[in-house]
Amino acid sequence: MMTVREMAERLSMTPISVGDTDRTFDGVYIGDLLSWVMGRAQSGNIWITIMSNINIVAVATLTDVACIVLAEGVTLDENVRTTAEQKGVSIYTTEMTAYEIAAALATVEQ
Amino acid sequence: MSEVVKFHFLVDGEDFTSAGQASVQMKKSLRQLGISPEIIRKLSIAMYEGEINMVIHAGGGEADVLIYEDHIELNLVDRGPGIANIELAMQEGFSTAPDNIRSLGFGAGMGLPNMKRYSDSIQINSKVGEGTQILMTFHL
Repeated sequence: MMTVREMAERLSMTPISVGDTDRTFDGVYIGDLLSWVMGRAQSGNIWITIMSNINIVAVATLTDVACIVLAEGVTLDENVRTTAEQKGVSIYTTEMTAYEIAAALATVEQ
Repeated sequence: MSEVVKFHFLVDGEDFTSAGQASVQMKKSLRQLGISPEIIRKLSIAMYEGEINMVIHAGGGEADVLIYEDHIELNLVDRGPGIANIELAMQEGFSTAPDNIRSLGFGAGMGLPNMKRYSDSIQINSKVGEGTQILMTFHL
């Protein structure tokens, strides 16, 4: 099992908020509609999204995903970033599209 | 005989950005009580959906959580506009949320369906012009 930190290093992602990065992840969920994510994402997933508002922190906490990966160079406002750090939610950003991230994860996960 | 553990939360209807405070707090409390992670996940997601609904539609409300020996009750009450057609509101994808809410990633018409999905039973009492009460039960 690969940790969140190892995954982020392999894919050269930029950390925005650092939580429990020693946590291992299992599977991926991609989605921007928050209720949809809450209905479908599994605990331990990596959640890929382009949503960047404050509510993603609560959704990540409640669904217990391993981390959030912001696709296509999306970044966070400072208040969202500090809230995420306070709640211990790991968030990374990358220029890759959601598809490219998922494709890369499919190769490193094996 | 074991006592019932009670929690009470006021959901602020003004501030959309703080929605989720009650459910995140509840998640923490349930963890301290040693409730299983799967139940915590189900209940806190259902509660968050309730909070979001109260903020979007009802100008806030109240949430009560009662923990019994073999089950947990989550009771949500608001004095909002009520739900005209509960059957329709329970359908995935049906939503009356305004566009500004949709741009935040909500209003996908999954709120009530998610509450149903994650609870073991759900009972909705609503009267147009008076408000809505949702009672969910989670088996331990």
